[in-house]
Order: sequence, then C-alpha cells, then structure tokens
Amino acid sequence: MHSSGSGSRADFWITDRDGPGAIVKEKGKGRGKGAMAETREEKRAPSIITVTELSKTYAGGFRALDSVNLDIRRGEIFALLGPNGAGKTTLISIICGIVNASSGQVRVGGHDIWREFRAARSLIGLVPQELTTDMFETVWATVNFSRGLFGKPADKALVERILRELSLWDKRNERIMALSGGMKRRVMIAKALSHEPAVLFLDEPTAGVDVSLRRDMWAMVRRLRENGVTIILTTHYIEEAEEMADRIGIIRGGRITLVEEKAALMEKLGKKQLTVQLQHPLADIPEALSDLPLTLSADGCALHYHFDSQGAQAGIAVLMRRLGEQGIEFVDLHSHQSSLEDIFVSLVQAREGAE
Amino acid sequence: MNFRAVSAIYRFEMARTFRTLLQSIASPVISTSLYFIVFGSAIGSRMVEIDGVSYGAFIVPGLIMLMLLTESISNASFGIFMPRYSGTIYEVLSAPVTATEVVIGYVGAAASKSVLLGLLVLITARLFVPFQIEHPFWMIAFLVLTAITFSLFGFIIGIWADGFEKLQIIPLMIVTPLAFLGGTFYSLSMLPPLWQTITLFNPVVYLVSGFRWSFYGQADVNIVLSFGMTLLFMLGCVAVIAWIFRTGYRLKS
Repeated sequence: MHSSGSGSRADFWITDRDGPGAIVKEKGKGRGKGAMAETREEKRAPSIITVTELSKTYAGGFRALDSVNLDIRRGEIFALLGPNGAGKTTLISIICGIVNASSGQVRVGGHDIWREFRAARSLIGLVPQELTTDMFETVWATVNFSRGLFGKPADKALVERILRELSLWDKRNERIMALSGGMKRRVMIAKALSHEPAVLFLDEPTAGVDVSLRRDMWAMVRRLRENGVTIILTTHYIEEAEEMADRIGIIRGGRITLVEEKAALMEKLGKKQLTVQLQHPLADIPEALSDLPLTLSADGCALHYHFDSQGAQAGIAVLMRRLGEQGIEFVDLHSHQSSLEDIFVSLVQAREGAE
Repeated sequence: MNFRAVSAIYRFEMARTFRTLLQSIASPVISTSLYFIVFGSAIGSRMVEIDGVSYGAFIVPGLIMLMLLTESISNASFGIFMPRYSGTIYEVLSAPVTATEVVIGYVGAAASKSVLLGLLVLITARLFVPFQIEHPFWMIAFLVLTAITFSLFGFIIGIWADGFEKLQIIPLMIVTPLAFLGGTFYSLSMLPPLWQTITLFNPVVYLVSGFRWSFYGQADVNIVLSFGMTLLFMLGCVAVIAWIFRTGYRLKS
C-alpha cells in the first residue's frame, strides 16, 4: 500500500559500526544518492562531540550501549529519540562523566573525556532528567555554586541575565523547595548554563512541564543555538524534536539505528494520505483504479490515497483525472501528513519486524 | 587545581552549617557542656585527682575528642551522603574537578566545623572547670589532625552508606563505644594489665592520650606513637578514598 514500503525505510537504518562519519548512510542507493550524501557531509559543521565504539555493560550484565558511534555537529540541535531503556540517559551520562564506560572513546571539543576531562567537562552543561536540586538552597546560591564548581569566577551580571531569561529573577532569594516543578526545572537549566557551556545536554527537559513553559523553553533553546551553543536533547515528546531539532538520532537496544537530518527524514519517510469523500458509496474499488495505492473505507464512502511526500503533486493530479474518467464524484478532500511521531513509531516497528 | 570549585564546595557546606546553627553548633556544645556539669563540677569534685590533675580538668581533652570524632564523622558523612541521596551528586561528578578537589572541599568544610566546635567546647569547658594548656601548638595540631582524619573517615561512611541507618550505624555502634573506652573518663593506668594491653588496640586511645598530653604534659602512650597512629589512620582513609574515586564505588555505575 505504501509506495516506498518498508524496504525503502530499511535503507535508512544505519549500523552503528558504520563509524562516526556515517551521519547519512544510504545503503543500497545508487551513485547519485551517494553523491548527495557526500555533499551534505562536506557542508556539515565540524564535530563537537565524537563518540566511537562506545559500550556500556552494567554490573548486573545489562548491556545499555553497544558499540555506539555518533558525531554531534557544532551549533546544531540534535534530538536523541528512543523508547524507555534504549540507552539515551546512559549515553549522556557517560559523555558527562557520571557513568563509567565499559569501552570506547568520547571526545568533546577534541578533548578525550577521560584523559582531558577538565577541558572536556568545562564545555558541557547538563540538565538531567530528574528534578535533583538542593531543596534548602536559594535559587541565587545554587546557580552561583554551579558556576564556581566549573571553575568560573563569580559573575553577578551573567547570573542575573540567566535568571531573568528563565523568569527566575523574582524567585532568586526563594528556597528551591518553595518552587513549583516547572520553576525547579528552570533552576536546573540555569545551573547548567551558569558556566556558559558550549554544549548543553537536555535530558527530557520538558517532562512534567506545562505547555506554556514548554514553549518558553523551546524559545530559549533556539536562542542558545543562535548564540552557538550545541544542544543535545532527549525527549519522549516527539513534537519537541519535530519543533526544534536539526537532526534526529534514534537509539534502540543500546544501538544508534538512525541518524538523519530532520527535514530529510520527514521528506523521505513522511507519508501523506489524501481522503476523498465520495458523493455515492462504492462497493469496491473499480478495476480501472486497481493500479493506484487506494483503499476504500468500510462504509464505502471514502477513498484513501497513500503517497509519499516526494510524489505528492503528480500523484494527486493523476488520481483526480482517473476519478473523473471513471465518473466518480466527490464532495470533499482532505490530506494528512505523517508526523515525526508516526515516522518514529513506524521505524521502531520496522526494526522490530526485521528482528 | 580548580580552587574555585574547592571554594564552591567548601562554602556550600559551611553555608549548610550556618543555616542550621542550632543543630550544628549549639546542640553539640550544650550536650558536651552537660558532661562538664555532671562529671566535672558535680561528681568530679568528689573524685580523686588523676596524675595530679583534678578529675574535672582530666576529662576535658577526652570529651573534646569525643565530640570532635562524632561531629567530624557526622558532618562529613552527611555532607557527601545527601547529594548522593538526593541525586545532586551528578553536578559534582560532571564538573571539571578531581577527586582530590572534591575531598578537600567536603572534608575541609567538615573538619573546619569540627575544629570550630572543638574550640567552642574548649571555651565553654573553661566556664565550668579550671585547666591549663601546656603545649598549645600541639593541642591545635592534634585538634586539626583528628578533625581531618575523622572527616575523611566520615566521607568514606557517607559514600558507603546506602541509607540513613547505615549512615548512623558506625558512629553509634563503633565510634562512640571506642571513644568511651578510649580513656576519655579514666587513665589507662587505672585498668588491670590485661585490659591495658587490649585497650591499646583502640585507635581512640592514641588520640585522647596525645590530646591530653598537649594539655597537661601527661600521656598514657608515647606522644610520638599517638601522633604516628593518628597519621597512619589518616593515610589509611586517604587510600580508601583514592580507591573509591578510582573505581567509582557507589559514585558511578
């Protein structure tokens, strides 16, 4: 029913053994596509994080990461998606120095995170998933503590700017325990930004945050990116990745299974469906239309036409002409485009099917 | 050395102390003062002198040492346990700081508070009991060394403990009995010979004896041995902490 089919999707699964350079790897494609990929490689910004053959097996034997290779480009917003337990937080935790790796290498800004940990960690700000803050501290004290911890001299003006940016200035003298969950989340972001990191990890930043605050955070993330900060985002809200990310990475079972430009991913894997509401119900799809990717609704009152984004214009024109030739009259048309969420679900399901 | 990070941790911990003045400062000073009132002024006046020192004055070094041990352990263990318990340890682990800097920050703050408390108790004791300090330099040296050593020990407990019960069990079940049996309230010479020998396996004996020597010039064990044993215990704690950070024990999975 889908013109591109699951086989086409599988072309975009990359094995994480393809190495850090395999940002866009299109298996089974012809020379032309390969050349396009090379062009994108040439244009891309230099890497700020390089993860090579990174593996992690916990003491209990659980293999959380399995030979992960990943490049994060300087100045991009990278969204790491994956089901629960896929390895997102473990990957971030290793890069930030919170969890020990079993094997592999990670470089941040060209610095090995173990041998040159001071230089590497100085570049990183982390907003963890859990709301872990010093409940008895004031907002002002805890943000200044974070700045000092990263070896930066006190800078009241900068901390004030960060607090104002996050609408925390009025709360600066309040104890964190007195703040709402959303405000606590802002405090954690302020702490992460206090030492002016070049890379910001946001691990589920908007979990439990209301829509208004979520929009504020997205705006803030965009402003950070405009200022040259690289953002790595993990989220369950695929809407969030769709809204903000430049590139999408999908991790599953401890392996990076896909890394792709968001726009390209949606263009290539995004499906469209045109629904034609018929004036008179049909018992079956006419034989003359059987070559088209059509399905008939159960009540026979609607035809669903499935097509991919790339062939949209030509496909619809052909459908309209063919319906006219068959004397099929319709009263309404509406189309639906698959979201990143649909793509994510279909990719994960395709992978499960392949296994 | 990331001095700003050390300073940040140190100031954070000290701020916690001053935020809870009643619990952190007043409580140990009052409870130790009660010992001076009961054993020093009330019962002490009916006790015979020990080695030419009134009983009230005799117990001053031991009581200060008892308070110093328990407070050092409590401060340092709580200081590192709470970030682990609440999850805020992530920030320290992801910061550009070495294990040495983390330890200096946490242990330095715990030891500072203990020394401050020790001096406060010393001043308070003078209100109830007359005493002199023959070797003030060594008194301060023992005070600081003991505070650092047992803060290091407390730091280890704070990392080892995976709950509040474990946090309390070693100070309550081991350290306090050792302190009471370590010559705080009596001279070792008052014990039968066998118990004198057994008591020498108690590390607190060396602390109390050395500290008392700095006050009155009299000690149950040689002063060099006292100082050496304290140093040895401190080096042992440093070695354990070095292992903890090298392996990530209870800090990193």
